[in-house]
Amino acid sequence: MTATHPISPSLSPQKQRRQFPWVWRITVFYLLVMLAVPIAALLSRASSAGPVHFWQVATRAIALSAYEVTFVTALIAALINGVFGTLIAWVLVRYSFPGKRFFDAVVDLPFALPTAVAGLTLATVYSENGWVGSLLAPFGIRIAFSRWGVAVAMLFISLPFVIRTVQPVLTEMEKDVEEAAWSLGATHGQTFWRVILPPLMPAILTGVALGFSRAVGEFGSIVIISSNTPFRDLIASVLVFQSLEQYDYEAATIIGTVMLLVSLAILFLINLLQAWGRRYAEH
Amino acid sequence: MRSIKPSPTQEKPWLHVLLIVIAIAYLALVLLMPAANVLFQAFHEGVMPFVENLLEPDFLHAVWLTFALALVVVPLNTVFGLCAAWAIARHRFPGRTLLLSIIDLPFSISPVVAGLMLVLVYGRNGWLGGWLQALDIRVIFSFPGMVLATAFVSLPFVAREVIPVLEEIGTEQEEAAKTLGANEWQTFWRVTLPNIRWGLLYGVLLTNARAMGEFGAVAVVSGNVAGLTQTLPLFVEDAYKNYNTASAYAAAVILGLLALVTLVVKEILERKTGIKPNP
Repeated sequence: MTATHPISPSLSPQKQRRQFPWVWRITVFYLLVMLAVPIAALLSRASSAGPVHFWQVATRAIALSAYEVTFVTALIAALINGVFGTLIAWVLVRYSFPGKRFFDAVVDLPFALPTAVAGLTLATVYSENGWVGSLLAPFGIRIAFSRWGVAVAMLFISLPFVIRTVQPVLTEMEKDVEEAAWSLGATHGQTFWRVILPPLMPAILTGVALGFSRAVGEFGSIVIISSNTPFRDLIASVLVFQSLEQYDYEAATIIGTVMLLVSLAILFLINLLQAWGRRYAEH
Repeated sequence: MRSIKPSPTQEKPWLHVLLIVIAIAYLALVLLMPAANVLFQAFHEGVMPFVENLLEPDFLHAVWLTFALALVVVPLNTVFGLCAAWAIARHRFPGRTLLLSIIDLPFSISPVVAGLMLVLVYGRNGWLGGWLQALDIRVIFSFPGMVLATAFVSLPFVAREVIPVLEEIGTEQEEAAKTLGANEWQTFWRVTLPNIRWGLLYGVLLTNARAMGEFGAVAVVSGNVAGLTQTLPLFVEDAYKNYNTASAYAAAVILGLLALVTLVVKEILERKTGIKPNP
């Protein structure tokens, strides 16, 4: 059979590529227009400022405080979800209780609910007159329109990640190992810390990193629940947005570039964590 | 001699109950109470005020615009997603993993930064600004820019969901079809597409939910003018900022309905295929 015969079943990759060139063309063209050109525009505009000026704008006091509010709050929210997400994944995989399927489905709500709606309803529930906020107001704790509100919105939007990364690993994990540890005399605490937790760690950290990355970039829900006051609860994406509204394209571009570089670094970290998780699964 | 201990799964039932209670309490505090509050706020004064809010012209325009955006963006990203998934799942080439990461990029970039990038390309002082102005084409502060912003943030979904399905079904059936004389199109429509339909539908569903619900990227490029470039999510924020809480919640219910439909269809698809896709 000759290689050029049209119905040759054994297709080399090169041959397939030639038979479907438009699939490649569409893929590459779309990625160029949608991703490469916009990213290049941002980076070239940012680099035209020159390194000294770039550094000055990127490290203005208002920007530094916005980074701090964004990254520290996002990290705290991601870590809290790391703990509760692992607990919820454990409960959903290991125990049976009425309404379990409902609670499992509801975990995906933050993926499905538009962030503006999330911000609106969280701002109401956690305001001084809201269902939860009114319980905390007597203690002088204000959640909505403060940095706590930013944290609550970040908790909401980053909740599903840890649960969804830990669930499959827990399902795969065999109960035998725990039972072996148990029958060899390990206590509950020892079984948890030495047997259950270590193989879950890559999945938990991947989920925390994914949630952190999502929380760092979040805008819609936070712009509503925060008072957006500089040096208090102003986050970096809102600062970029406000700079654009004031036609300060330079500040928007430079702070936006800092955020882009941080997201790329987080993406790289997530890839490393996932590779670690796959190695762990193979052992 | 040690007495035989009961299995860890049988011991301490109070611990199980405690863990279940903590899990449900956390979900209630962060997810369920806010969700219930949307319905409560929209209907606590009865159905009539809710209906009246829905008949406002600005609201109706926002609904129309939201659907129009999804109608353009979802097919665009579906075609791209299928092409990219085919290219990646059916070939081995250097830089394949890198291409996968590139497709995932929009998930890690803040939507506001995405909108900013589009302004820098298509805005008045952007790369193509002068050229577009000469041709009298408006991209930023009008529909094309909103399409680009929405397409950017929802770009990865279809490819992400279809690639694993394509990899799992393998190439045997496709090769058999080709051996029997089917051309590329016939193979795709009659063999590949039926095999990947659930994964594809899942990707389309997530693309649609994101397209209809996007806020940040669209807020940057649209200018947010009521009755002109205001989508439903922008309407919600605008109404809330202007102390028009009732109409903000009326619109929020409609978007909440979208989320509910998304979750229900998602659940049906997951039961049908038995897979839990990756986050």
